Amino acid sequence: MLGGWYEPGSSPLHRTPAGWKLLALLGLAAVVFVLRSPGWLGGICAAVVLGYALARISPRSCLRVARTLGVLVAFMFALQWWLLGLDAAVLVCLRIVAALTAANLFTITTRVDDVVSAVERGLRPLRRFGVRPDRLGLLVGLTLQSVTVLSKIAAEVREAAKARGAQRSVIAFAVPFLIRTLRHADELGEALAARGEGDR
Amino acid sequence: MSEPRSPLPAVDLARTVVFAAFIAVLGIFPGIYVGGSSVPIVIQNAGPLLAGSILGARRGAASVVLFLGLVAIGLPLLSGGRGGIASFSVPSSGFLIGWVLSALVAGLIVSRARRVGLPVLLLANAAGLVADYLIGIPFLGVYIGDLPAAALQSLIFVPGDAVKVVAASLIAAVVHRALPDLSARPATRTG
Repeated sequence: MLGGWYEPGSSPLHRTPAGWKLLALLGLAAVVFVLRSPGWLGGICAAVVLGYALARISPRSCLRVARTLGVLVAFMFALQWWLLGLDAAVLVCLRIVAALTAANLFTITTRVDDVVSAVERGLRPLRRFGVRPDRLGLLVGLTLQSVTVLSKIAAEVREAAKARGAQRSVIAFAVPFLIRTLRHADELGEALAARGEGDR
Repeated sequence: MSEPRSPLPAVDLARTVVFAAFIAVLGIFPGIYVGGSSVPIVIQNAGPLLAGSILGARRGAASVVLFLGLVAIGLPLLSGGRGGIASFSVPSSGFLIGWVLSALVAGLIVSRARRVGLPVLLLANAAGLVADYLIGIPFLGVYIGDLPAAALQSLIFVPGDAVKVVAASLIAAVVHRALPDLSARPATRTG
């Protein structure tokens, strides 16, 4: 369920360290925001699309990206054309295409674990300010585990609300769900304290 | 719930983590029917408001940061199964980033209140929503290159968001009444 969009592969893009890819992506985003020339932006879009070919992204993933992009671009193009004119609409849509396809390319070619360790390494200089980068993996793992637990709780609470004929009431669903969520948090807190987490 | 006065750091950590997961589940779970409406509405953006008004400013904002971090590293936790760093590169991304400020502002107001009731929560959540717009609208403005147009376009979200502010406040009020030591905890403790 939570596998993400990662697609294994051995292309140069897959093999580039996650940290470098992340930096390149941030750089690209900054450039895309500053550029106002449709020609240059179009060139960047073409380069990113070439990246998909280089990484041999499956047609399925390409289609998924294209679908997300298509809806957003169509909507934004119509809206900006109406409000700001054709030139501005083209500019905005080229920005969206460049930024969104590049970011998705990163997500498709980079494993979540690699991103986590790259961020951990990147945050290391912040250790003197009390940031604990080595806890990042633990946080991610604990949160994902909690997502599984809470999904189950949410399903049960919804069943219970339905049984009482209250399936349309937000309160009848959200309040028990939240209270059981907080109870789960207290249990997790006790378990973590018993392990000595958080006291260091 | 045994030591309401001085919770361990582990309790802090657990609440932050579990609330980040809570926001995620609001997105995974199909929409909720509000009132007599027949179309399910997306409730995930009520999550940061609830995080702030239930956990307080610091832990609420931390849980939103953690949630957004998980989205950024590529987990499809946003409603509709969206995720990945691309979520931060579309025109509406400012509203996502603004969630952090939402939780912070809502939490600050709730922790200043002597008694946490519905009026305080309504104020806190409305302020939280405004805080979100303060990030989201300029971001959209930079994206489309026109700030007034960005503000105009954001007006379509106001009715739906107003409903979510009221719903989040009603829910938080009942939760605060059910767990009274929630509001006794934040901000007052030392160390």
